[in-house]
Amino acid sequence: MSRFGNIFYLCLLFGALWGAIATTLITLLALFISGELFQPQVTAGALAGLVAAGVLAGMAPEKRTLGIRALSAIAFVLVLTVASGAEPLGLPISTFSFGQLIAVVVTAWLVIYAIHATAFGLGPNREGRYNVEVICLRFIKGFGLVAFTIAVALPFFVMVMMSLKNQQMLLSNPLDFSINFEQGFKALLRSYIELFTQYHFGSYLMNSALVSVITVLVTLFFAVPGAYAVARLKFPGQHFLSRSILLIYMVPMIVLVIPLYAIFSQLGMRNTLWGLMLVYPATTIPVALYMLQGYFRGIPAELEEAGLMDGLSRLNVIRKITLPLALPAMASVALYVFMIAWNEFLFAFMFLDNVDLYTLSRGIAELNSSEVPRQHLMAGAVIATVPVLALFLWFERFLVAGLTAGSVKG
Amino acid sequence: MSDDRPPQPPKGIGPLAKREMRFAYMMLLPTFAIVLSVVLFPLFANVWISFKPVTLGDLRAPSILVNERLMGDVEAVGDEADIRYRIRNSSRQSDIAAVFMTDELPATLDILNVDERCTLDGRVLDCDLGDYEAGKREDLIVRVSATQAFLDAPINVKDTEAAFEFDPENVLINDDFTLDNFRKVFNGSDFWPVLWASLYYTIAGTIGALVMGLFAAQLMNMTFRGRGFLRGLYLSPYVAPVIAVALAWVLLLDPGPGGTLNALLIQLGVIYGPINFLGQRVAEIRFLGLSFDFPVALTVVIIFEIWRYFPLAMLFILARMQSVSTDVYEAAEIDGATPLQQFRFISLPQLAGIMAVLFLLRFIWTFNKFDDIFLLTGGAAGTRTLTVNVYEQAFAVSNLGAGAAVAVVVFLILLVFSVIFFKFSPEDDA
Repeated sequence: MSRFGNIFYLCLLFGALWGAIATTLITLLALFISGELFQPQVTAGALAGLVAAGVLAGMAPEKRTLGIRALSAIAFVLVLTVASGAEPLGLPISTFSFGQLIAVVVTAWLVIYAIHATAFGLGPNREGRYNVEVICLRFIKGFGLVAFTIAVALPFFVMVMMSLKNQQMLLSNPLDFSINFEQGFKALLRSYIELFTQYHFGSYLMNSALVSVITVLVTLFFAVPGAYAVARLKFPGQHFLSRSILLIYMVPMIVLVIPLYAIFSQLGMRNTLWGLMLVYPATTIPVALYMLQGYFRGIPAELEEAGLMDGLSRLNVIRKITLPLALPAMASVALYVFMIAWNEFLFAFMFLDNVDLYTLSRGIAELNSSEVPRQHLMAGAVIATVPVLALFLWFERFLVAGLTAGSVKG
Repeated sequence: MSDDRPPQPPKGIGPLAKREMRFAYMMLLPTFAIVLSVVLFPLFANVWISFKPVTLGDLRAPSILVNERLMGDVEAVGDEADIRYRIRNSSRQSDIAAVFMTDELPATLDILNVDERCTLDGRVLDCDLGDYEAGKREDLIVRVSATQAFLDAPINVKDTEAAFEFDPENVLINDDFTLDNFRKVFNGSDFWPVLWASLYYTIAGTIGALVMGLFAAQLMNMTFRGRGFLRGLYLSPYVAPVIAVALAWVLLLDPGPGGTLNALLIQLGVIYGPINFLGQRVAEIRFLGLSFDFPVALTVVIIFEIWRYFPLAMLFILARMQSVSTDVYEAAEIDGATPLQQFRFISLPQLAGIMAVLFLLRFIWTFNKFDDIFLLTGGAAGTRTLTVNVYEQAFAVSNLGAGAAVAVVVFLILLVFSVIFFKFSPEDDA
C-alpha cells in the first residue's frame, strides 16, 4: 500500500474548494462591512487551500496535532499572500491593514477547520468505497450548510441593512453595508422613526395584531368543539368529515377573492376589519380542526370515560379533562393561525382602502412605490417580520411538534 | 317459534346514540356555518359571476340622479313657469325598478298643473315614475304661477331637494347571462402561455422545494453545535410575511443602481452588465451549437418559491427521519453498506410516504399561489400564471366576469389534479 492514496487526492481537491469558498466569503464579508471594494482572490485561495490540505492531510490522522494545524494555516496564509501578489483581498495591503490581517487569519482558520473536519480520522492512504463516500459526503454536507445559510440569510441581511442606510448611500455603493454608529442612534434608526411618526405604522401594527388575535380566538372557539366531535363522538359522516375537512384548505384564495369582493362591496363590509375577521377564520378553521382532531385522538379515551363514570357531563369532561391535556396542541394551533393571519396579504390588499384600517401587509404594499425611499420599504418589512419571527422562534419546538403530529400544511 | 330466538342487539339508533349525534352536530354547526358562507357559497358565486357580464364599476349600485330647475321668466304676479325635474338613471347597464319621487314645492308658488303620474297632497308632490331602464332620462314638469310673496323673496326650487325611493337592479342577481367571459379566456392569445407558465412554475417549484427540503433535512439530522440556531434560521423564509421577503428579493435583484446581487456579481467578475432578473422574459443560451430560450424571470420566481417553501418540506422530512429507529442503520453498517447505500435503500423508502404526501399538497398549494408572483413581478415578463391572470382580468382590466371565468378554470384544473392525486395517494401516512 502506497503512502498516498485516493483519500489524499480527495483532500487536496476539497482543500482547494474550501480555500476558494472561504476566500470568497470572507472577502465579500469584508467588503460588506467596510465598504472598500475588495476583490476575492479565488484562484490564489484555491491554491493556498490545496497546499494547506497537502500539509495537513499528508499526515496520518493521529499526527494532526495543533502544531501541524498551525503549520498548515501558516502555509495557507503564505501561499495566499504570494499567489495574490501581496493583495490577499484584492486591494493593496496598506488599506485597512489591520482589518485585512484579521480577514486573512479568519480565512486561514476557517479553511483549516473545514479541511480538518472533512478529513477527520481518515488517512492519506488508499481507502475503500465506504470511506471515499464518507469524505465526499462530509464535504457536500459542509458545503450544503454554507450554501443554505447564505441563501437563506442574504435576503434578511439585505433587508435589515438597507433599512439602516439612506437612498443616496444605497445607490452610490450598493455593496457598502457598513454601519455608521457615529451618527447616533436616532439617525441610524431614522427610517423606523419616520414610519411610526409619518406613515401610521403604529396603527398598522395595532390593526395587524387585532385582526390576528381575533382570528386566533375565533378559530379556536370554532375548531375545538368541531375537532372534539370529529375525534370522539359517533355520528353519520364522521369518517367522511375527518378525511375531507382538509380539502377546504385546498381551495385557492384567488378563487374566493372575486365573489367575496363583490358580495362584501355590496353589503358594505369590504373596507372594514370585520370583513377580514370573518374571512381569515373561515380559511384557518379547517386546518386547525384537522390538526386538533389528530391530537384529540391521541388522548386516551379511558381518561374521559373515567370522568363520565364519575358523573361529569360531556361538556364538563371536555372542559376539565380534554382541554387541559390538549393545551400544547392548542398553543401550537394558535401560533400557527396567528402566523397565517399576520402574514396574509391578498385579502388585506383587496379589501382595505382606508389608511386607518391598513394592516402591516397592506401598509407595506402602499410603501412599494417610487416616491417612497427604499430604506423605508425595508424598515417596514423588518417591522412586519420581527414580531412573527420572534414569536415563532420562541415557541418553535411547540409548533413543530404540533404541526407534524396533526399533519401537514403549506 | 320466534320466541326461541336469542335476544338480538337493538337495531337502528338508540336514544343515547341519538343524543351523541345531536351533540356532535351542534358542536360542528359553527364550523359548517362559517365554511359554508365564506368558502363554499363564494365558490358557487364565483361560477355564477363567471357567466355574467359584470365589470368592477357595476358593483356600485345604480342610482337616480335629478336636476331641478325653474324654467321661464317670472317678473310679475301670475307669470307662469315650469319646475323641471330632469331625472336619469346613472347606470348605462342596469335598470332601476319602482322609482318614486317626493318633493316639497315652495309655498309661494301656485301650482297649476302636475304630471299625470303625480299626486299633490298640500304642498307635497308624490310621483310614481315606474321603471327606469338603463340610461333612461326624462323630464317631469310642474306648471306653476308666481305670487307676490315669491316675487318679494324669490327662492330657488332646488332648496327643497327631491327625495327618491327606488329599487335598483342588482347586477349580481339579475338574469343576464353570457358565455363571453369564457370565450374571452379561451380565445385570448395568452391563455396557453399562461397555462404553460402555471404548470412549469408548479412542477419545478414543487420538486425543487422537496429536493432542497430533503437536502436540508439531511443536514439538520447531523448533530453539531449551533444546529438549533440554524434550524430556526432555515425556517424563517417560511415564517416571515410574504410581502416582506418578496420586496427584499425585489430590491436584492434590482437591475438598476443599488441592486445588491447585480453589484455583487459584477464585483466578482461573473457578469459584465446588470441582469434584469425579474424583468427579462428569456435569455438565449448557446450550448454545443444549439440555442435555447431560457425563461429568466420565470426561473427566478421559481427559485423564490423554492427558497420560501423548502423549510416546510425540511420540517416534515426531518420529523419522519428522526422517527426511524437507528437499529436498521446499525445493522446495515455491520453488513458493510456505504452511506449512500444506506440512504438509497433505507432512508429513501422510509421517506417515500411523507414525500408523496408533501408532493401532493405542495403541488396544489403552489398551483394556487398568487401573492409571491404578484409581489415579485406583477405577472410581467412571462411569469403570469393562471392565478395572477385571475387578478389581472378581474381587477386590472376591471372585468370581474372574465376574472371569475379564469378562476373557474383554475378550480377545474385543481379538481382534476386532486382526483388524480387522491386516487394514487397512499392510504395512511403523514
